[in-house]
Amino acid sequence: MTTVTAPPPVTHAPATLPGPGPRPRRGRAAAGLQGWLYALPTALFVGFLFIAPVLLVLRMSASDWKLFTGDNGWNLPVNFENVTSNRFFVSSILFTLQYTAIATVLLMVLGLGLALLVQESTRWKSFLRTAILVPSALGLASASLLFYALYSPQSSPFNPILRWLGVTDSSVSFLGTPSAALWSTVALIVWRFAGFYMLLLLVGLQRIPGDVYEAARIDGATWWQTFRGITLPLLKPSISLALILCVTGSLLAFDQFYILTKGGPDNSTITVVQLIYNQAFSGQNNLGRAAALSVIVLGALILINALQFKGLKSEDQ
Amino acid sequence: MKVWKRRRIAGAVAAVIATSMTLAACGGSTGGAAGSTSAPATAGSSGASGSASGGAGAAADQGVDDGTTLTLWTRAPLEKQAKALVEAYNGSHQNQVELTVVPNDDYVAKVGAAAGSGQLPDLFGADIVYVPNWASQGLYADLTDRIAGLPYADTLNKGHIDAGTVDGQKFVLPFVLDLSVMMYNKTLYSEAGLDPEKGPATLAEFADQATKIAALKKPGVSGTYFGGNCGGCLVFTWFPMVWASGEEVMNADGTESLLGGSAAQQVYSTYKTLNDDGVIGDGARDETGATWVAGFQSGNVGVMPYPATLLATASESVDVGVSALPGVDGGGSTFVGGDGLGISKDSKSGEQAWNFLAWLTSDAAQVDVLAKGGDVVSRSDLANNEYAAKDPRLVLINEIAGKGKTPVALNFQSAFNASDSPWLTLVRNAVYGGDSSVEADNTAITSVLAQQ
Repeated sequence: MTTVTAPPPVTHAPATLPGPGPRPRRGRAAAGLQGWLYALPTALFVGFLFIAPVLLVLRMSASDWKLFTGDNGWNLPVNFENVTSNRFFVSSILFTLQYTAIATVLLMVLGLGLALLVQESTRWKSFLRTAILVPSALGLASASLLFYALYSPQSSPFNPILRWLGVTDSSVSFLGTPSAALWSTVALIVWRFAGFYMLLLLVGLQRIPGDVYEAARIDGATWWQTFRGITLPLLKPSISLALILCVTGSLLAFDQFYILTKGGPDNSTITVVQLIYNQAFSGQNNLGRAAALSVIVLGALILINALQFKGLKSEDQ
Repeated sequence: MKVWKRRRIAGAVAAVIATSMTLAACGGSTGGAAGSTSAPATAGSSGASGSASGGAGAAADQGVDDGTTLTLWTRAPLEKQAKALVEAYNGSHQNQVELTVVPNDDYVAKVGAAAGSGQLPDLFGADIVYVPNWASQGLYADLTDRIAGLPYADTLNKGHIDAGTVDGQKFVLPFVLDLSVMMYNKTLYSEAGLDPEKGPATLAEFADQATKIAALKKPGVSGTYFGGNCGGCLVFTWFPMVWASGEEVMNADGTESLLGGSAAQQVYSTYKTLNDDGVIGDGARDETGATWVAGFQSGNVGVMPYPATLLATASESVDVGVSALPGVDGGGSTFVGGDGLGISKDSKSGEQAWNFLAWLTSDAAQVDVLAKGGDVVSRSDLANNEYAAKDPRLVLINEIAGKGKTPVALNFQSAFNASDSPWLTLVRNAVYGGDSSVEADNTAITSVLAQQ
């Protein structure tokens, strides 16, 4: 196959290029074409899987587009008005931000702590790394279902244990109140993702040269001084990546809440994406409104990520 | 559409010719196989395996059975019944139905996506409360004439047929009926000194009996249980208590909520008292419906409104007693739920799909598959069938099927079933809240129901 496709450039070149000198236009065009061909798979990939869907979502957000009947024509800005006046619009944004703040702080601190813990070469290093990383191998939906069983009073092993320990007489309702539902979900997320962020930060930690630490030790730096002066600054690229992943992932939280709480109790755990889902499939069956909300979320995410990048860049300077 | 119309005309002409041949067979079938009509009855019920004349009869009255592969979607709660029906049909017909069972929570999204892209399967079921909406949005093909042509059309479950009727056109047939009934654990009743042969006849008796079971203080055992965070479960189990009390839950058009009525208030306050007294099992408050039947099935709940389709499953582990869902002062009713089944707008095999639908309502499917499997039949003339007769509980369930209702509202899903529905807010405020906000919450339901 390669022998068939390779010859043309070779045979073309001598015909138009008698000797050394500036590359003629046709050759440049061929090289340009070649460049385009190399870029084509990626361009197609991005075009079909990102740009086209985004354009479609923009089109839907400006149309009266129902789940069952499809497009019923333009209606800008009705969808945006309906979505922003939805009774859960503000509360879902506030809840999503609250959840993002809690999850990000916990995951970053815990991820870094665990990375520092397993970085040192001890006898238990491999065991600890594996044990902490194992939950990351589980799909989020599977992990959520597992925790649903753990939290459900009918199957939970926690309540018998708590009763046996004498902590409580009645059973604890892990998902029964708004704050219990939030923290129970956060517990699941921390369990599921701490290992992942540990790994991410561990890679960064191991890229810091040992000489720098050696020099600090010779200079008599304390552990805290070393951590603040060397580890944190040199770990910044990894922290930035972890932070962006964590914030974006948390702002788009859906699976865990959908499985554990379905937005309840009393609509207290409706995230923005859950609201998008509700608009599209649960009752409203209105894809236009769901798309309008998606556009708002997309805009917010671009803004937040841009701010994060800008903040991290300015710190670098 | 043109092909569909031509086929319908051809089908109608053939139906006239064939009606005289098949009417005798259907008339004779209720009386059993004996008598001079037994031969055609057998040919009619077995479908494809009949003689040349039998085949023509089947083609005329019951669509076409020519070995076409049909696709059918249903949701997971009806998997057992759907599988049994499809297996029986495939075993006796040339047409073959490919069944796809979709998780309950994903079903609306899957149907919606397929409807938008014109890729609905030949046949698909819908939770009967969604049927009015889906039918009015044009997802189903019109079956008015075909249903009218069924010799037993008048006996088909009225609730399902009404829910599938939009502007006088009929779109679905009952696929599987799911009724809500009161189920109680006879063993626990005996232990609590209650009569194990007598379920609660009034709302107060229900509360009293549940309280006595809870008073046993057996570890893990509760008096009753319910889906406190599951709008669909609450509709299914509480609406009948209002109906049994002689009141309505909505106006006839399904545009106004009447759930602030006195009977409804009695239901809420009964559950509030049961909750305050610790009679309701742990976890009911955050029960989203995923495990709402589990406690009873494992023998840990005394008495609770329960789906009749799960009687056979529950009976494997519990000695189950059954009674109708009572009203405030007695009476009995049920929510005739389950799924309707229709031919999709996208089906290219309408004749063949009708063959399945016609068979679905035949004696062969209703008695030999559904009743045999312990399920409710959707034809009132078959209520006292040989299988039901063996189990008085099934006789009772079949009887109350006629007394029950299927609420019809275009916005049923957003008003009641959705996780953020105002109905769920009403119930949670009434049972778990401090102040009564029933009237305001009832108005919120009305505003959703009235949306165009």
